[in-house]
Amino acid sequence: MASTAVAEAPRPAGFRFGRAARRYGWTVAVYALLALLMVITIAIKPDYGSFEWNTLTLAALPLAFAAVAQTIVVLSGGIDLSVGPLMALANVLALRAMLGHDLNYSLVVALIVLLEVTLAGALNGAIIVVTRVPDIVITLATSFIWAGLALLVLAKPTPGIPLDFQNLAQGSTFSPWVPNALLVLLVIPLVWIPLRRSRAGLAIYAVGSDRNAAFRSGVNLGWSRLLAYAVCGFFAACGGLALSMTTGVGTPLAGTYYTLSGVSAIVLGGVSLAGGRGGMLGPVAAAYILSLIPAVLIYLGIDPNYGQMIQGVLIVIVVMIGGLGVVLRRA
Amino acid sequence: MSAVPNDTPLADSAALLEASGLVKHFGPVVALRSADLRVRGGEIHALMGANGAGKSTLVKILTGALTADAGTITLGGRTRSFRSTSEARRAGLICVYQDPSLLPDLTVLQNLKLTATPITAFRRYLIELGLGGFDLQTMPRELARPTLSLLDLARALAIEPRLLLLDEITASLPADLTVRVFNVARQLRAQGRSVIFISHRLAEVSALCDRATVLRDGKTVGVVEPAQGGEERIVKLMLGPVADEVAAEAASPSAPATGAVAVEVRDLKAGILTDVTFTLRFGEVLGVAALEGQGQQELFDCLAGVRRSESGQIVVGGKTRTFRHPADAIRTGLVLIPADRLQALLRQRSVRENIALPLVNRISRWGPINTRREKRRVEKAVKRLQIDTRVQSEVRRLSGGNQQKVGIARWLVGGFQTLLCFDPTRGIDIGTKRQIYGLIKELAAGGSAVLLFTSELPEIQLACNRVIVLFGGRLVDEMPAAEADEKALLRAAHGLPAEADAEQEA
Repeated sequence: MASTAVAEAPRPAGFRFGRAARRYGWTVAVYALLALLMVITIAIKPDYGSFEWNTLTLAALPLAFAAVAQTIVVLSGGIDLSVGPLMALANVLALRAMLGHDLNYSLVVALIVLLEVTLAGALNGAIIVVTRVPDIVITLATSFIWAGLALLVLAKPTPGIPLDFQNLAQGSTFSPWVPNALLVLLVIPLVWIPLRRSRAGLAIYAVGSDRNAAFRSGVNLGWSRLLAYAVCGFFAACGGLALSMTTGVGTPLAGTYYTLSGVSAIVLGGVSLAGGRGGMLGPVAAAYILSLIPAVLIYLGIDPNYGQMIQGVLIVIVVMIGGLGVVLRRA
Repeated sequence: MSAVPNDTPLADSAALLEASGLVKHFGPVVALRSADLRVRGGEIHALMGANGAGKSTLVKILTGALTADAGTITLGGRTRSFRSTSEARRAGLICVYQDPSLLPDLTVLQNLKLTATPITAFRRYLIELGLGGFDLQTMPRELARPTLSLLDLARALAIEPRLLLLDEITASLPADLTVRVFNVARQLRAQGRSVIFISHRLAEVSALCDRATVLRDGKTVGVVEPAQGGEERIVKLMLGPVADEVAAEAASPSAPATGAVAVEVRDLKAGILTDVTFTLRFGEVLGVAALEGQGQQELFDCLAGVRRSESGQIVVGGKTRTFRHPADAIRTGLVLIPADRLQALLRQRSVRENIALPLVNRISRWGPINTRREKRRVEKAVKRLQIDTRVQSEVRRLSGGNQQKVGIARWLVGGFQTLLCFDPTRGIDIGTKRQIYGLIKELAAGGSAVLLFTSELPEIQLACNRVIVLFGGRLVDEMPAAEADEKALLRAAHGLPAEADAEQEA
């Protein structure tokens, strides 16, 4: 019997290429795409130097955080439409409190903002878990609430983030090719790797993978989902602070772009919108790709507003190729 | 085991698990009225009941997935009320379900970590279940269903449960793996631990279980020892007052029919299916007997237009047909009843909409649907099939048997000539099963042609006039239903010559 043969086939342990390709192929491909784009960029603009590289890392930093924030919720089988407004909220809260203060004061403010916006994310999750209203509805509603709150905190774009605080991301302390904006990204693995290896992190994957099986495995569905939204809030706060550092401005309406571009980045980065599948490496690379496209257009002398269209086309093509890969493997 | 008087709830001091007077309501629906269950230490205890009798609800309450509205559970003499599955698990009570509960996107190792399962014990049970050398880095998504079931079982065993619940685990296992599961269950019994075994297959219950508790309509109606000729009793208890009626309906096998040819299949080839040729006549039920994966799926898929054949012909009404889409097959009068009912039904839509779906093509090609006419025809079908319509607003809330009836009702209303039934009674209780077979026979008597595959060989004789047997993708045998008892079919389905069997019996 065919089914029995499957059950009995002994499986050799150790590294297996096919399986590794299946699991990490997408991530490798996204980095290859990024590398290809970099090569094209340098071909177009032979004097591409550390300044341009620094600009790119600055542009990509808030988007990378937005993508990572969305990733963790999507892994848990949800969606958070309020990531952008949460970032805007963190951004304007930071500006209001930091205005005219020094670095140390700003750092304390940053910690408080992180806490506040993490709690806002947790509140998203708590409402979803308690009311059982679909996440897309709740986070759509709260996205208006956070956006409104951001406008109440700061009515219009205002500069004034302390320069020392800005320089945490804008400078390049070690080498012009290792800008600080790249180092700030290390926050992601610092939080994500321990979480991913803990039972709580497994539970987030479990809830997104198969809710029924997760329940039977003894996973607390409510807490796991709430945790995902709270961590999402934390990374959204990081994104808002990144926005403060890279622009030096408090912008209450910055949010909308980051919600949807964050979703683009995770789709491009190989995270399944159905939940349970994907990691953090892909979305971060995708954030760089999405930030590189407008820059390339400028170097080419094309209106950078074509960037959005190219982003859309790119997503369709990449996801289509991914789907083709799956079909070919089955055949 | 000591002799137990039938039907008497016993005051058993040696009981490991004692559940009494369990009640559970879901809104207006009563799932459990008064369920009692006593399981001794070192016993394999069957839990039997028709679909909707409350088995799943009882299991969920025992394992902490649901809490009862009333009633008590004592485990090892202590009154317990589990608020979560992990709490029940810590108390040594664990369930393995028909659909494996390993997370598809975590590696097996991560799955073990998630449930805090000891890995060495897991490995030991894997070896016992014949899966030694299994790579724990595998993702369950990449594994076949039977393997997943065994992994799930090993994971449950690894925590050394005092009471193991097996909820229809054998439904997705081939025979040889079922044997391994049985061996493990017997080992547990020998160690003084207990197993609650749930299965629709009476033969398995009588082979394995010491006692059986029977549920009907949410109540415990009796405790039986299946080994001592208790099988008939179990059936009677499960069915209640209608038992005799149903028994009468399952009459002797019908004679081969001689109607006009409905479908002729010539040298059909698709996947494993190789050069299959047969004819199906109007007025007959043609059975297809085969073990798992012998080409029956390919055969039905080709006939229903789900899949294209590689070569060969399907002749309907004297013309060779090429089906590019199920709609082509439906237009020619060939309609499919799949095993997985939810493949055919719109889960979130009402009974009426589901039944009327194919009808929409006929009642109104353009413009609005004539709802009055639709309603009249649908109601007729619902009545004829005795579909339980208490929860008719969403099909997914119906029991499996009723869902399958909705699937059949839609073609009664929509019109068809040939019914392709692919394991239509999978996971359905005996009462509803016999109703469905009765209906299939009735349809054939009314002039339709029916092609019927069932995974349960003894049931072929219940409904069919003639049987064809598939083995390794080829048609290896054909016999009238009168000769097709379980033994003959089993031989043929395993590719053994039927004549030898007939001689032995003579």
